[in-house]
Amino acid sequence: MFSDQDLQVMDSIIKRYPRSRSAIMPLLHYVQSKAGYVTNEGIELVAQLLSIETAEVSAVATFYTQYKRKPVGEYHVGVCTNTLCAVMGGDAIFAGLKEHLGIENDGVTADGKVSLEHIECNAACDYAPVVMANWEFYDNQTVQSSKDLVDAMRQGNPPAPTRGPKTLPTWRENSAVLAGINDGRANEGVQAGEPTLLGLKLSKEGK
Amino acid sequence: MSKLTPVLSAHWDEKDSFTIEAYTRNGGYKASAKALAMDPDAIIQLVKDSGLRGRGGAGFPTGMKWGFIPQGDNKEHYLVVNADESEPGTCKDTPLMMANPHVLIEGCIIACHAIRAKHAFIYIRGEVTHVVRRLNQAIEDAYKAGHLGKGIDLVLHVGAGAYICGEETALLDSLEGFRGQPRLRPPFPAIAGLYARPTVVNNVESIASVPAIIANGAEWYQKYGTEKSKGMTLYSLSGHVNNPGQFEAPLGITLREILDLAGGVRTGHKLKFWTPGGSSTPLFTDAHLDIPLDYEGVAAAGSMLGTKALQIFDETTCVVRAVLRWTEFYKHESCGKCTPCREGTWWLVQILRDLENGSGSEEDLAKLLDLCDNIMGRSFCALGDGATSPITSSIKYFRDEYIAHVTGKGCPFDPVASTLFSGAGAR
Repeated sequence: MFSDQDLQVMDSIIKRYPRSRSAIMPLLHYVQSKAGYVTNEGIELVAQLLSIETAEVSAVATFYTQYKRKPVGEYHVGVCTNTLCAVMGGDAIFAGLKEHLGIENDGVTADGKVSLEHIECNAACDYAPVVMANWEFYDNQTVQSSKDLVDAMRQGNPPAPTRGPKTLPTWRENSAVLAGINDGRANEGVQAGEPTLLGLKLSKEGK
Repeated sequence: MSKLTPVLSAHWDEKDSFTIEAYTRNGGYKASAKALAMDPDAIIQLVKDSGLRGRGGAGFPTGMKWGFIPQGDNKEHYLVVNADESEPGTCKDTPLMMANPHVLIEGCIIACHAIRAKHAFIYIRGEVTHVVRRLNQAIEDAYKAGHLGKGIDLVLHVGAGAYICGEETALLDSLEGFRGQPRLRPPFPAIAGLYARPTVVNNVESIASVPAIIANGAEWYQKYGTEKSKGMTLYSLSGHVNNPGQFEAPLGITLREILDLAGGVRTGHKLKFWTPGGSSTPLFTDAHLDIPLDYEGVAAAGSMLGTKALQIFDETTCVVRAVLRWTEFYKHESCGKCTPCREGTWWLVQILRDLENGSGSEEDLAKLLDLCDNIMGRSFCALGDGATSPITSSIKYFRDEYIAHVTGKGCPFDPVASTLFSGAGAR
């Protein structure tokens, strides 16, 4: 599963830190980029690389919700159902997607393309209701737009995130970015959306 | 003259604002060059004089925090930037880092010099991939340009979905490679923080405010804001308003003024309740439109300025549903370390669910308040305290609405009416 080249990358991740154990989180993100989720093999490897017990790695892997202990879809969809998004449409979007995809919370479609999760506030409240896909922003969603989004995912051509790269990376590709691997796409996409710029625009208009 | 004062947000409308070219073109990295030539103590004094206070919620004076780091102790010192923005309603640091990551890096360089740290970490939440890209690219470019690497190293550390890691000591445990659970204080991070070394933990916006203060001086910064709440800050307006967004204004502006700028509450509706600083700050109502939004003004009115996350809800919103959802959030995010929070939030959810679906009783309200009493001030960290804020404040202002759920045996509100797409496409 993990090649010599992977081991070199993991070694470079460990070297970022004054103390090796600090590398556990990026290493687990890296495991997800290779295996799709945090596998037992991945846990054993991280424990070995950091010279700690597998139980210590498991303890961390099970604490944080972004680490998955079973496979997710190529496109992992998170619908914000924290209060503000929920009230403004997140609840309806989540219910609509569950019905449309025929899966429940934490479920994966049979073709392995899409998984679904309800998520907490994702720091984009001025773009509510918010849907995340592989942790990229899809702003100002409706029930219909989110159904169209997952349909496009299943056909293999999802639209670009609202504020993100020009095309939607896969779950594994974005897990590598979270491990700190540069995919060369930082300059893609907008610098900001309209709500972000509203105050600045008004001040330039003297308001 | 505009009521708004864009400084952090001044160049966000330039399409390449996140690049080192744009940042340098707009005068970036001049403040750090100036600071590196200054005596570290003089920088701490300047930041103290500016009156800058922590923008992560607590409002602790930033310069004073820096001054707590022991000097000449022959230990490594660390700067840790809290970029784990997760408080419901809070959405200022994420767009800041997406549009201008370099201002945060420059702030880190200045802060490291001031506190004699050679190593800084930015702990960012893991659910914002594109911001991670932008920051890592910016760090790479800052190394290439020689701003980093000559005595100061900076590492971006990506979290993995845990609200509790926004609590500074849980953040440090997480950064050390453990489950994110808060630590007993004292010792405070200034004495024993990351790797048990003296550590400053600052919010993104606090650190990003430093370059402008160094460049323009403490007196310039003090001209903005109110007596004890100096400077300008990002107010994040969201919810049932015609034009949500980020508004950078001097501390002390009111919600009425911000709503005027944003085109008001959504047309045809009226303000019902709002949070001044995220869900952990007690709710306000339409009676609080003219409260000055600074640390003192909001506290005097019974809430907290917090992260200036102004979440607006109109009369179509059921306050019981809103509070239940926040409570479910706190229960989910409770780290489990202390009993009042772990068990208490679980019970709060059970009782609120009953109340919301109409199977609760009036006595449940007293039980809720009693539980809140036993969580507030008795939990290990502020998460437990925060969990009680929406409950106690909503019962204070909307007791009748809770009772209506009991007497009517259900929720009197139509959830479709509060969505943005009420009408077409709602089903």
